[in-house]
Amino acid sequence: MFENIGQILILMWRTFQALPLVVRHKRKVFDQLFEIGNASLLMACVLSLFIGGVLALQTGAALAERGLSSFIGQIVGLSMCKELGPVMMAVFISGRIGSAMAAEIGSMAVYQEIDALKTLNINPVHYLVLPRLVAISIALPILVVFSNLVGWFGGAIVSVYNYKVAISYAAYFNSLRSGVDFLDVANGLIKSLVFAVIIGAVSCHQGLRTVGGPRGIGRSVTKAVVNSIVMILILDYFLTRLLMHLDR
Amino acid sequence: MNSTQRRGVGIQVRGLRKSYDGQLVLRDISFEVAPGEIFVIMGPSGSGKSVLLKHLIGLEKPDAGEILIDNESISSPGLMDRHRIAMVFQSSALLNSLTVGENVGLYLSEHRLKPPAEIEKIVAEKLELVGLAGAQNKLPSELSGGMKKRAALARALVVEPELLLYDEPTSELDPLMAVTVAEEILKLNRRMSVTSVVVTHDRDLAFGIADRIALIHNGSIYSIGTPEEVRNTTHPLFQRFLAADFNLKQSDKS
Ligand SMILES: Nc1ncnc2c1ncn2[C@@H]1O[C@H](COP(=O)(O)OP(=O)(O)O)[C@@H](O)[C@H]1O
Ligand SMILES: [Mg+2]
Repeated sequence: MFENIGQILILMWRTFQALPLVVRHKRKVFDQLFEIGNASLLMACVLSLFIGGVLALQTGAALAERGLSSFIGQIVGLSMCKELGPVMMAVFISGRIGSAMAAEIGSMAVYQEIDALKTLNINPVHYLVLPRLVAISIALPILVVFSNLVGWFGGAIVSVYNYKVAISYAAYFNSLRSGVDFLDVANGLIKSLVFAVIIGAVSCHQGLRTVGGPRGIGRSVTKAVVNSIVMILILDYFLTRLLMHLDR
Repeated sequence: MNSTQRRGVGIQVRGLRKSYDGQLVLRDISFEVAPGEIFVIMGPSGSGKSVLLKHLIGLEKPDAGEILIDNESISSPGLMDRHRIAMVFQSSALLNSLTVGENVGLYLSEHRLKPPAEIEKIVAEKLELVGLAGAQNKLPSELSGGMKKRAALARALVVEPELLLYDEPTSELDPLMAVTVAEEILKLNRRMSVTSVVVTHDRDLAFGIADRIALIHNGSIYSIGTPEEVRNTTHPLFQRFLAADFNLKQSDKS
């Protein structure tokens, strides 16, 4: 996995250099955006609702025992927007979209479609990687905003209706508003942007280097997903550390 | 460069060698193709014909040797911007996510060479030429192997290449369509002196269109010559290769 990091960075750099060309490919970006939204929006909401809910459940009971249930909104709010929203959405999108990217580009590699592009003097990085990387970099942060909102709401439902916590909506959202400011949300969005670039680059890179028929495509998909998730979780720590530094 | 009086490019291949995981697939291949020539590479399956063709368009990097297109190395940057080279793949290699029409017009639309309406017209023209009139909105998955091959040919024709590489252009076609494609290769060559390199094991095609034929076996070129010279080859394998015939029923009777 790590031996490819150099190649992945090169692919990112070449895509970055091609960024001005994105206007030419805007239709492909829209197509990709539509596909990502279509494939993930509903599922992302369901996931986030339950993530917010379980956060409230776990912390709520413990806080209530100590008479601190007025802090629950703050805790759910911060955990969601700084950590769980970005990370869980990134993991989910690796599985849902990264895999599709690796499969699609991988099958194009195996069936010589990428060779055909090259013979038409069409750069596969511009044609295939650029629109995907741009689309996922737009889509993931937006998805995280949704995830935060739904997750906060999920936390609220549990905080109100779970008998161990049982606080009012007003108390929950007051606590949330006092503890979470715009910078915290921005913090999570920066993370999710980095994660998006990683998922896109890892998956496209894996797709492009696919060899060996249908089995090779399967291998590429698995590798793309696993490598993306591993990299996300490792990078999350260092990003958190870095952002903490910049924050306060 | 003048488009009406275009001249094909010349190719020089010198000492080309390539191996995959220790298996030598091309060993010391050298030949030259003159501008505007139809050069046919013939040989049994697995002899390295497709690999050789991929080297000629820069899809594969040789382990040793060099390939010059009009005296310029195929690997020199920007060569594909200066020369129009197209290839018809053995497997057609149409983009499965695009319609046939989008595939055929891809070169023009991606490089923004023509306005959309004109591209549509050109696509219709080329599709008609290969006997696929009206197939614009079909997906490649809805076509037979032979139809895909012809769509791939149409896609290559749209490029208006100076060098056109064909990998088994008639392998999945019925005899009538094979003749049409052969005629098209000849016509392109005559009208615009497109340099053509045709890989095939179709003897009729080879002898029908070739200016010169190279016989390749196990990654080496055994001989190069005019169709007449090649017909009189003394190599036992190629004698059999060129004379092979379905005589199964007769040998049954005897
Ligand atoms: N990408 C590749 N990796 C490994 N071996 C290859 C590759 N491409 C071709 N070969 C091998 O090279 C030899 C020649 O293949 P090819 O050029 O496709 O034959 P043909 O003359 O039938 O077109 C075959 O033995 C094939 O297995
Ligand atoms: Mg072949």
